[in-house]
Amino acid sequence: MNVIEVNKLRKEFKSYSSRSGLKGAFRDLFTRNYKVLRAVDDISLQIKEGEMVGYIGENGAGKSTTIKMLTGILTPTAGEVRVNGMDPHREREKFVRTIGVVFGQRSQLWWDIAVQESFRLLKKVYKVSDEDYNTHMKEVIETLEIEPLLDKPVRKLSLGQRMRCELAAALIHNPPLLFLDEPTIGLDVLVKMKIRAFLKEINKKYKTTILLTTHDLADIEALCDRVVLLDEGKIIYDGRLDELQKNWVEGKQVHFEFQELVEVSSLEELSKDFDVKWRPGERKNQWVATVEGDDDAVSRLMSQVMLKHAISDVKINQVSTEEIIRNIYEEGIIHG
Amino acid sequence: MANLSMYGEMIRIRFLMMLAYRTNYYSGILIYSINIGAYYFLWQAIYGSQETLGGLSVMQMTTYVAIAWMARAFYFNNIDREIAQEIQEGKVAIEMIRPYHYLAVKTMQGLGEGLFRLLFFSVPGMFIIWLAFPIDFSNSLNVWALFFISIIFSFIVNTQINLITGILTFFLLYNTGLIRAKRVVIDLFSGLLLPISFYPIWAQDIMMFLPFQAISYIPSMIFTEGFTGAEVYSALGIQLFWALFLIIPIQFLWVIAKKQLIIQGG
Repeated sequence: MNVIEVNKLRKEFKSYSSRSGLKGAFRDLFTRNYKVLRAVDDISLQIKEGEMVGYIGENGAGKSTTIKMLTGILTPTAGEVRVNGMDPHREREKFVRTIGVVFGQRSQLWWDIAVQESFRLLKKVYKVSDEDYNTHMKEVIETLEIEPLLDKPVRKLSLGQRMRCELAAALIHNPPLLFLDEPTIGLDVLVKMKIRAFLKEINKKYKTTILLTTHDLADIEALCDRVVLLDEGKIIYDGRLDELQKNWVEGKQVHFEFQELVEVSSLEELSKDFDVKWRPGERKNQWVATVEGDDDAVSRLMSQVMLKHAISDVKINQVSTEEIIRNIYEEGIIHG
Repeated sequence: MANLSMYGEMIRIRFLMMLAYRTNYYSGILIYSINIGAYYFLWQAIYGSQETLGGLSVMQMTTYVAIAWMARAFYFNNIDREIAQEIQEGKVAIEMIRPYHYLAVKTMQGLGEGLFRLLFFSVPGMFIIWLAFPIDFSNSLNVWALFFISIIFSFIVNTQINLITGILTFFLLYNTGLIRAKRVVIDLFSGLLLPISFYPIWAQDIMMFLPFQAISYIPSMIFTEGFTGAEVYSALGIQLFWALFLIIPIQFLWVIAKKQLIIQGG
């Protein structure tokens, strides 16, 4: 069964552009120039029950706008949306009972009062029975380790503490579908790992469907089998994460850090027998070779290079997801 | 039933929030007392040796001022500013993912604020004022009952006007000027600063067609027994009319606002 069913969804915004200078500002008082911006451009998407889907894209690619349409906050300009079998905007009050949402950049807890008061209010808002609340929330509170934070006002919590409480607040009614918009933004590694482990657990236990947007691809790697890649409002990739890795690049990356200055021509000369691409690394005297072929080719290349040039450091990497995605954005096409 | 307990919880939370900032609470009592004191002496000076002005005696006038401010503690709320802020900061997004009616919740929060002030400002404040100034409290239970019905309508009408002002932020995006203007208009036209019967006839004629008199003038006149007999019931009728009538523009604006909602800041 499809939990999320999106067909040719589109959202347009009118945006005003101001004219320059004082004269322009006066003219803006009477007539304004505006242009129509298409934030989400005819996307179609199906998500099944129990899936964890990573929704990624650059800033302004339309991720948040899509989430806002899927949660019923914004009305689509065109297209169809069915989430949990309902039209999110039209049946808003009924619909939102079946979803949980976390906006990483916005708090949904009441700022001035203790966390447990917020929970108590949300419990009433979602009409959760004492019984359900006690069994379900006790677990959530334990796993997220927020017990000692419950009597503190939200404004006194650190970001990591607050985010764990936000997550718990989104789960008070144990929704079958969870939207997470940048839930790990600004968090340290430990908190991130805690949150990831927790999400995995509820996914396994309750078959909670999770749609996640993030800029931290490690989140996606840790959680999602499936990724949807968005660019300028269009879906440019929708499929398994490992396939993306497989199709985009085969082979490995070797990072060489040389002791002295090395010309690219000399490196190319050395490696002319291999199928290899060189590019300068991020640090001084660092070069990165992307080698196509088997492990044997990699080791032969390395010995060739190291024979000729003194190195201070060498690393072999799989091509990282981050790099793949960077390449996709830069080149705008999908291989394979 | 379940909804009722949710709204009860909202009111409780508002109490907690008001209590979270104690200084606000104490300074609130002080500000109200100073205001009443200042208006008391001002009216004393205006009356001078005259017995009555605009159909009210000095005693009625003082009572009018005291009760008008005390009623204000109940009906007054800042939900227009809160709505504006939530829109400007993009917090409406969170409100829209909650299974409740945003405006109903805002009204309940306003009611929580009002009840808090009524119990913790007005009642102790009124006691202090009663000790300090000669004020004529009616001992007719009937007057008190009618007064309470009347200030409930004051709350409704004032909150409705606040909701309209707040919702307009959806369209204007920056609304501080309008909110300030609304506040001055209400203070002036509602009869808080000056009973409406003191205005020139042509101004009174205009005000009869505006909802503001339902906010302060009517409950204060009922309490000071400036209205008697059938006058009281027709005044309550006016309040009821506005309370019902204002639902129309609110619903209208709300439907349009939801459609063209833009979330600020991503």
